[in-house]
Amino acid sequence: MGITISNISKSYGEITALSDISFDVKPGELFGLIGPDGAGKTTLFRILTTLLIADNGQATVAGYDVLNDYKSIRNSVGYMPGRFSLYQDLTVEENLNFFATIFGTTIEENYDLVKDIYVQIEPFKNRRAGKLSGGMKQKLALSCALIHKPKVLFLDEPTTGVDPVSRKEFWEMLKRLQKKGITILVSTPYMDEAALCDRIALIQDGNILEIDTPNAIVSHFPKPLYNISAHNMYNLIESLTNYEHTYSIFPFGEFVHYTDKRDPIDKASLKTYLEFQGLTDIKIEKTQPTIEDTFMELAK
Amino acid sequence: MKRFIGFVRKEFYHIFRDKRSLFILFGMPIAQILLFGFAITNEINNVDIAILDQANDVASKEIINKIAASKHFSIVDIIQQESSIESIFKKGKVKAVLQFENNFGNNLIKEKQANVQVLTDATDPNMASTISNYISSILKKYQQELNENISIDYQIIPQSRMVYNAELKSVYMFVPGVMTVILMLVSAMMTSISITREKEQGTMEILLVSPLKPFQVIIGKVFPYIFLSVINAVVIVLLSIFVFNVPVNGSLFLLGIESVLFIITSLALGILISTISATQQTAMMISLMGLMLPTILLSGFIFPISSMPLPLQVISNIIPAKWFIIIVKGIMLKGIGIGFVLKETLILLLMTLLFIGVSVKKYKIRLE
Repeated sequence: MGITISNISKSYGEITALSDISFDVKPGELFGLIGPDGAGKTTLFRILTTLLIADNGQATVAGYDVLNDYKSIRNSVGYMPGRFSLYQDLTVEENLNFFATIFGTTIEENYDLVKDIYVQIEPFKNRRAGKLSGGMKQKLALSCALIHKPKVLFLDEPTTGVDPVSRKEFWEMLKRLQKKGITILVSTPYMDEAALCDRIALIQDGNILEIDTPNAIVSHFPKPLYNISAHNMYNLIESLTNYEHTYSIFPFGEFVHYTDKRDPIDKASLKTYLEFQGLTDIKIEKTQPTIEDTFMELAK
Repeated sequence: MKRFIGFVRKEFYHIFRDKRSLFILFGMPIAQILLFGFAITNEINNVDIAILDQANDVASKEIINKIAASKHFSIVDIIQQESSIESIFKKGKVKAVLQFENNFGNNLIKEKQANVQVLTDATDPNMASTISNYISSILKKYQQELNENISIDYQIIPQSRMVYNAELKSVYMFVPGVMTVILMLVSAMMTSISITREKEQGTMEILLVSPLKPFQVIIGKVFPYIFLSVINAVVIVLLSIFVFNVPVNGSLFLLGIESVLFIITSLALGILISTISATQQTAMMISLMGLMLPTILLSGFIFPISSMPLPLQVISNIIPAKWFIIIVKGIMLKGIGIGFVLKETLILLLMTLLFIGVSVKKYKIRLE
C-alpha cells in the first residue's frame, strides 16, 4: 500500500527534471523528500499523482500503476499541491464540503480524521478561503486533501511560506495522521523538518543523493565538524576560505561549520592563523552535523 | 449525481460572488439591446430640410404641405434664390433641399411633366439615399392622386411594398442580431474563462486528482451558463416585445428550442477555446477576437452577406451565428415553422456535435 518508484526519468525539452530515480515508501511511513527549489520534487509528485507521465520507468501508488490504473489512484490518494489551490471565493466550510462531495463522502463521515486540524480553522468557517492567513490556508488545504480518507497523502511543500509555530503544528498533525495508518510523502526545502520524518531522500538536480533515516544520514557525515565563531563573520569566512587546510566551510547561523583536510585537526594552528588574520573572540568547538551539513557535503 | 450537483452548486457560488461577471452577464444584454434599439438606427425621423419654391403655385404648395405633414421631415428653412443652396448646406443646417422649377404647376398640367430637384447632403451616403427615396415616394403618391380621375392608357406603375417589416424599423433587424451576439458572447466567453480560471488557480490539478470524470467537470461547468443564457434570451425577447413592439409571429416554443440549441453551440465553442488556452486572458482574447468580430461582421447581423465578396460569403458559412440569425429572423418576423429552418437547425446541430467531439478529444486528463 506504499509507493514504489523504479528508474523514473523525466525531462522537459532540454532540461532534465528527474534522472533515473528509484526508491520505495513503505506503507504507513512518513517519508520526506528534501531538496532545494528546482530539484525535481514537484515533478516527482505530479508523476505519482498521475498528472504527468514519466519518460521512463515505473511507479506504483497504493499498489496501482501510475499509468494504467490512474483512475484508481485518483480515487484513493490525497494531494496537496505546492501552490495554494483551493477556491478563494468559497468559504472554508464550502471548500471542505465541495471536496467531500466530489469524492462521494461527507464532512460528518470522516470528521474524526480531520477533526484535529479542522477545529483550529472552524471558528473561521464562514470566511472566504482567500482571506485566510498562510498557516490557516495550509490547514484548510490539508483538511480538504484528507476529507475522503486517502490511503496515501502527497504533500508538496506544505510548509513553505508558513510561520514557524504553524509549521511545528503542521508536523505534529502529520505525525498523528501517520498513526492512523496513512502513508505520507512530503516534500520540503527546510532541512530542520527532515529530522521529523521516518526516512528521507535527499534530492538535487533530479538525482537522489541519499536515502535513509535522518539519524543514519547524519552519521554518514565523513569528517569531524566544528563550530567556529569570531567577532567578524565576514572576515572569518574570508579567512577560512583562503586557509590551506580548509576542506569545507558553511555559514550556519552565528557559526561557521568547518571541516578540515587534516585528521586529526590542529586546533591551535587554526586559531593562530585566524588571530593572524586580525580576528578576535575566536571559538572553535566540535559539533554534531545536521542534515543540512550532510546535504551540502553530498551536493558538492 | 450528488457529485455533479455539488459541482454545479460550487459554480453558482463562483458566478454570484463575482459581481463584475454578474454585471457583464445581465447588464450587457440589456444595455446592448437598448443601445441598438434606440440609438443605432437606419430610419430617418424629423430630418431637417429646406425648400426653394420658384413656382409658388398650388401644386408646389400641396406637395410642400404633404412633406411638412410627414413625420420624417421637418422644414426648417424657405430659401429664395438658388445661390443660397450651397451656403445652407455648408452651414450644415439641413440634410436636403427641395427645389421646384418655375411654373411647376403649369408645366405639370400643360406639358404633363414637371421637374423638382432633390439635393441631398451625401457626406452620409446611406442617409442621403434614404432621404431621396422617401421624398420620391411622397412625390409619387401625389402624382397618383392627380391621375386618379384621368385615365391614361397602358401606364405601368410599380408598387413596391415592404413585407415583414413594412415600416422598415431597424430594431426588427437588430433584435435577432443582438440576441445572437449576446448569447454567443456570454456562453462562449464566460465558460472558457471559468474553465481556464481553474487552470490558472491550480484547482484543476486537484480536480484531476479526484474521481471526477472529465465530462462531469465540463458539464458541471457549462450547466449554470445554459441556465443563465436562457434567462438572458428571455430578457432580450421580452424587451424586444414590450419596449420595441417587435412581433413574434412564429412559435415562442420553437424560438426557445432553437435558442437553447444555439446556446449549447456557443458553450461547446467556449469549452473548445478553454482547451487551447492556458490563461483567462488568452481565453478572453480568443473569445473576443475570434468569436465576437466574425459574429458581428460576417453573420449578416450588420452587413448583408449577399453583398460581401465571394470569399467572405464562403467563410460566413462556418459562423454559427449566421445560421441562428436566419432562424430567429424567420421565426420572429416571418412566423415560419420548423420545416423552413430545418436545414439551418441541422447545420447548428452538426457544428455543436463537432465542437463537443473536438473538445472531449482535446480535454487533457493530465497536466501536459
